[in-house]
Amino acid sequence: MNRITKRFQELRKAGRTGLVTFITAGDPNLADSARILAALPGAGSDFIELGMPFSDPMADGPVIQAAGLRALSAGASMKATLQMVRDFRAQDSDTPLILMGYYNPVYVYGTADFARDAADAGVDGLIIVDLPPEEDAELREPAQKSGLCLIRLIAPTTDDARLGTILDGASGFLYYVSVTGITGAGIGQTDAVAEHLARIRARTELPVAIGFGIRTPEDAARLARLGEAVVVGSALVGTVAQAGAQDPVSGVSDQVRNLRAAL
Amino acid sequence: MTETVKKPSGTGSWRKGPDEKGHFGIYGGRYVSETLMPLILAVEAAWDSARADPAFWSEFNGLMADYIGRPSPLYFAEAATRHFGGARIYLKRDELNHTGAHKINHCLGQILVARRMGKTRIIAETGAGQHGVATATVCALFDMPCTVFMGAQDIERQKPNVFRMKLLGAEVVPVTSGSSTLKDAMNEALRYWVGNVHDTYYLIGTVAGPHPYPEMVRDFQSVIGQEVRDQIMEKEGRMPDSLVACIGGGSNAMGLFHPFLDDPDTRMIGVEAGGHGVDTDKHAASLTGGKTGVLHGMKSYFLQNDDGQITEAHSISAGLDYPGIGPEHAWLHDMKRIEYVCVTDDEALEAFQLLSKLEGIIPALEPSHAFAHVAKIASGLPKDHLMVMNLCGRGDKDIFTVAERLGTEL
Repeated sequence: MNRITKRFQELRKAGRTGLVTFITAGDPNLADSARILAALPGAGSDFIELGMPFSDPMADGPVIQAAGLRALSAGASMKATLQMVRDFRAQDSDTPLILMGYYNPVYVYGTADFARDAADAGVDGLIIVDLPPEEDAELREPAQKSGLCLIRLIAPTTDDARLGTILDGASGFLYYVSVTGITGAGIGQTDAVAEHLARIRARTELPVAIGFGIRTPEDAARLARLGEAVVVGSALVGTVAQAGAQDPVSGVSDQVRNLRAAL
Repeated sequence: MTETVKKPSGTGSWRKGPDEKGHFGIYGGRYVSETLMPLILAVEAAWDSARADPAFWSEFNGLMADYIGRPSPLYFAEAATRHFGGARIYLKRDELNHTGAHKINHCLGQILVARRMGKTRIIAETGAGQHGVATATVCALFDMPCTVFMGAQDIERQKPNVFRMKLLGAEVVPVTSGSSTLKDAMNEALRYWVGNVHDTYYLIGTVAGPHPYPEMVRDFQSVIGQEVRDQIMEKEGRMPDSLVACIGGGSNAMGLFHPFLDDPDTRMIGVEAGGHGVDTDKHAASLTGGKTGVLHGMKSYFLQNDDGQITEAHSISAGLDYPGIGPEHAWLHDMKRIEYVCVTDDEALEAFQLLSKLEGIIPALEPSHAFAHVAKIASGLPKDHLMVMNLCGRGDKDIFTVAERLGTEL
């Protein structure tokens, strides 16, 4: 069974909302990034989203944009990201790991090669922000063949007609974008999120992770009852940026522990 | 000179694209985040309803005539023809449009679509500032607030256009993310749009972006080629043998070429910006020096490294300084219906001066690339060869850049 599905089953059994943590691969450099990644499960992360740096991250706010540029100037690449996953998997065979990013680097790598190499490295799922269902066949088919979940996003602007298109072929879980905006833009109104979630629930059994704009343990707690998981990204990436010359591992780990305690 | 042109299978026409999902062969499509997807579909619905509505075209055509000054003349460039001693050279004078370039054609069309959608605010990206000025102009005309995203580096390079936009009432937002140039301005416009989908229309400045933009912008710009068909028939009694236009994103070229795609005897040449040379890392020739990828909502050709990271474009002409190209060009390139060539900064600079002296027309640096290619091939063509070059913008905006390159202090 795919690690993602297994982890959601465990969470359901434990009656707990999962914590998804996002960091950018190679930020602030390859070695520190690998250490942050390795520390996440121990600090309480249930799922890991590893950002694949891209020169033109159109759906990201300034914090994650800056992380991508730091990583690229420190030598990050698609191959380095996959190697980081491989090294992580040598130590951790349980925590689901999802690669998140933009389509161009995946397309240029070659979708079939990428799906195969990612699965070999120990990746469980992919989130490609600028690849809507209408265009994702050329990645979906090799991903399915390699046993990778292609996780789809649902936004506040998604209407009922599109919801059907998105759910058709979705796997792993659904990523609900809680705000009409870019990453780190601020948290959505709980009532509005609840309303959208109800619409989604009526149409699917897949678990839903709520993301974009969740920064604090309070934010996480507030949205926890609405989804099977909550995603924290910009807040953690911001901690990496602020660490500067100091070791970023302890700061990020403390933050993850506090978020986890709120769930 | 005429090549035998094969037609795409099925439709029997080069002019039927894109398909219903916005694809030209493998290119085009809609690669945007889910938040934008419903809005992109709404733009498509509004465009489909507008294009089928005679009242829409009647308003568009009225403003094209009285506000923009269309049709623009097709001018027989006698001195240039004599100078090269070959092909009969015609210049399509789109530099005489209101605001000084072809950009106003699609700005006018798109703001009418935005109004039909009930949108009340307009955003745009700009590189050289020509599209920004044209957008600010139509926003002033229709009394809509206008925000233009412009790379901080470009703001520095194009001060007169920044001032023009402000005079017209637009807000110019400096973009400092990424490399602070046109591609980053487009990223920033998309980010802003994601956060303001309810009331905002993104007025894209070329035949690029997600479907339906490449098709919609092309159709508004096709007025150029349609006019040329009528004008050349009147002057010469037959269709041209060749068409030449410069290409950044490709809007002026597509506007000239598209009405001629099914004329098998008309050869078409798109001229990319070769910068310091396509064998260097300083150029903007996406077709000649780039490869297939996905950016800004479309699949097309892009300048990028082996890891799929987009690289910076370079051209002396800020309007061609974009690392991608419209998807219909990518398709026509692969199908070999259009030839694509490169002209360097130095060649364009020389052509800028040559056309100024020969014809008394100071061209923008963008069409100077087209004229540089005309200069390369005209003398080798027979005297009855009819060549039409799109003079898509005037050079007033470029005099500072050119003066600096020539070592003249203004």
